[in-house]
Amino acid sequence: MLFLLAILVGILYGAAVYMLLRRNIFKLILGLIFLGHATNLLIFVAGGLTSGQPSFLRGLTGETAGMADPLPQALILTAIVIGLGVTAFALTLVYRFYKVTKTVDFDQLSENE
Amino acid sequence: MTAGLFIFILLLVATVAPFLRRYLGNYAGWIYAIWPFTGFLYYLSLLPSINDGLIITETYAWLPALGINFTFYVDGFGMLFSLLVLGIGSFIMVYAGYYMRPYPMKGRFLGYLLLFMTAMQGIVVSGNLLTMFVFWELTSVSSYLLIGYYHEKPEARASALQAFLITGLGGLALLGGFVLLSIPYGSYDIAYILSEPNIIKDSNLYLPALILILIGAFTKSAQFPFHFWLPGAMTAPSPVSAFLHSATMVKAGIFLLARLNPVLGGTEIWTYTLSITGVTTMFVGAWISITQTDLKRILAYTTVSALGTLVLLLGTGTEYAVNAAIIFLLVHALYKGTLFMMAGNIEKKTGTRDITQLGGLFKYMPFAAVIMIMALVSMAGVPPMLGFLGKELIYEASAAAPKAHYFILTLGFLTNVIMVFLSLRLAIDIFWGKEPPYSKIPKEPSVSLIIGPFFLVLFSLLLGLFPSYMANPLTSKAITAISPDNDAIVLKLWHGFNLVLGLSVLTIISGFITFRFRHLILPFIDRINIKYFRREFTRVFFSVLDAFLGFTKVKTKTLQHGYHRFYLMTIFVFASILVWIMIWRADPVVIELDFSTMPLNLVAVVILIIAATITTVASDSRVVSLISLGVIGFGITIIFIAYSGVDLAITMIMVETLMVILAMAVVFHLPKYKPFSSTGARMRDTLVATMVGSFFMVLVLQAGTSAMEIPISEFFKEVSYTQAYGRNIVNVILVDFRALDTLGEISVISIAALGIYAILKLKPSKIKES
Repeated sequence: MLFLLAILVGILYGAAVYMLLRRNIFKLILGLIFLGHATNLLIFVAGGLTSGQPSFLRGLTGETAGMADPLPQALILTAIVIGLGVTAFALTLVYRFYKVTKTVDFDQLSENE
Repeated sequence: MTAGLFIFILLLVATVAPFLRRYLGNYAGWIYAIWPFTGFLYYLSLLPSINDGLIITETYAWLPALGINFTFYVDGFGMLFSLLVLGIGSFIMVYAGYYMRPYPMKGRFLGYLLLFMTAMQGIVVSGNLLTMFVFWELTSVSSYLLIGYYHEKPEARASALQAFLITGLGGLALLGGFVLLSIPYGSYDIAYILSEPNIIKDSNLYLPALILILIGAFTKSAQFPFHFWLPGAMTAPSPVSAFLHSATMVKAGIFLLARLNPVLGGTEIWTYTLSITGVTTMFVGAWISITQTDLKRILAYTTVSALGTLVLLLGTGTEYAVNAAIIFLLVHALYKGTLFMMAGNIEKKTGTRDITQLGGLFKYMPFAAVIMIMALVSMAGVPPMLGFLGKELIYEASAAAPKAHYFILTLGFLTNVIMVFLSLRLAIDIFWGKEPPYSKIPKEPSVSLIIGPFFLVLFSLLLGLFPSYMANPLTSKAITAISPDNDAIVLKLWHGFNLVLGLSVLTIISGFITFRFRHLILPFIDRINIKYFRREFTRVFFSVLDAFLGFTKVKTKTLQHGYHRFYLMTIFVFASILVWIMIWRADPVVIELDFSTMPLNLVAVVILIIAATITTVASDSRVVSLISLGVIGFGITIIFIAYSGVDLAITMIMVETLMVILAMAVVFHLPKYKPFSSTGARMRDTLVATMVGSFFMVLVLQAGTSAMEIPISEFFKEVSYTQAYGRNIVNVILVDFRALDTLGEISVISIAALGIYAILKLKPSKIKES
């Protein structure tokens, strides 16, 4: 399964890079979202894959052997939320950008100043 | 008092001088001269003990760990230079205080002059190469300010820039040379380096160090082909020319060469380079000066010639040559300082310094005329002025030069004939000659303007009349300091009938003949110059400068093109190349394709995500691309659930839902997708994307197979319930162990929300107004 997920991460990164290189500013935002997904998944996969063993303590002391690693999950959780903030802000900027410049093309922008 | 303390207080005086000027009024120059003159007396009081062999060294720690200290080193040579800098400097302060009275910002001007004096005094008593470098650069900076003093004039700014760039480039070369020089010694200490002259000569760093140091010295001392900045610097006010361009700044290069003569000198390359450069500069300077008519430019070119003579003498390096160098240094400083100050006086009293517009001034200012004529006599090398002794020694040295002495002697002779001719021309044309209509009647210059020239000429006369009593004690230790193998020669005004005396007489006679027939000779020289020497160095300099600026503009436009996607592309390409090199070097990844660990439902999810990704990227419909983006998000959620990331899945569902709604809301305000990029651009971007994507794939495979350290997660698992009383370990980490991080995260979200609110509320019309 690791192999498949590695391919998935690679494709997500490829899509992110491709979108970041577009001239349309909205596609650039899509690229940012891809980048977030790809990185979250990268951390998740690199932290080790554990099937059906969430990091929950059952008893008082609890059996922890075989349990999923909680640390990468905590990191990703933070990243997801921050990612939402960044994306929302960027989307609003794009909206305002278009209202002011009347274009979504970066090259048009550099000509019009 | 100590040398270091003196310089420190001088710097303080320079700092407060601009602000105190208005309270001191017209006496500011006299008051600012007090401290330099105190220094002059201090060094004069050291004279007897220095002549007994005393050498003063002082060290103030600066960066002791790197061997960089403010070390001061006063020997006979440093003392002689200190006397010149501070003695002439004191007179210059008096002169400048009066001279600059009609001009604005005179306080600042006096401050710059004092700053320059500090720097120059620092150079001549430096005992550490880097200390010297710091003061050396400070002279370049302060001279930039002084030359560009009339900053509203474009030519003053251009001259200042030119002088600064040339001496500044030389300064950089000098720093490199100093560092190379210090490497074999492991020290920047000049006293130590002087005590072990053979270490550098045996090192293979000798040649590079010598070349760099010579570039520094030659640019500073206006040697051919760097000589052109000096005449250009004549746009500066006369006090600047009298101080910087006669006795001090331009002599800094000479000082450096002489100071390092025991270490670097004596080799064949030293002798050849210095002799050839010196003799060329000496003659070119004199030759150009013949046809000039601006008094200050004439003096500037004769200064270039004198600097060439000094370099030639240091290159020759014989006993006579070293003696001649030190004596001529003194001679030149005394008469050239006087002449520049007098040039300023004449310009002030008549409104011009074009010698064709001057004449008959003797009857208006006889006292000033006598002073100036005596300085010219010294320049011509006629007894009884000190200049005579200087020229005799130069002839002796040239005649005894080890190589090519006929050549050197001939050019030296021609140069001196030109000096005699110029002296006659300046004296007779300015003070007698045909009197032009002056707009107002010229008067004798006032005391402040004439006191400096008077004393300098008086010294020159006394030193010339009583050389063994006065000139010898001043210079003998300087001579042995820069050339320990040679002795100081006892100076005499009269030393019998010999070749040198014959040459002197011939020089003076030739000078007179040239002057007598100048109406024939000058047009002839003009024709030669126009025909063969039309290239102006200044113009070449500025066209090179323009070409360089043009080149940097093109370079900046190429690298800083302003297209964000090309910046990104550069980063992506180079980063992936570097990572690929690392992957190449690492152990190969072993891929185990075990289909039994691949649940079919998850395989289906992965394929779905990949399909949705391709759709998002390729779709030309905004709605389709956003819907597939949602599919990707929810697909990833399923992967999280399958591999025990329950909290992640919950968060992801909420975030994805919000994100798609937000994007939908925005995208309908935007125009439809249009194909902006060409097919070629798409292919190129696909290639870049593949490079980046593939290395991330390999990275994941390597991360999954490499052995890790025991994660700190074990700690969280153990204490999650016992200390934080929570069973959901991920949540406990977020709200307890790393609670401050989560607080930061909440702040980021709040700030983003505030920003969004502000952006939406801002009216476009207001943006345009502001």
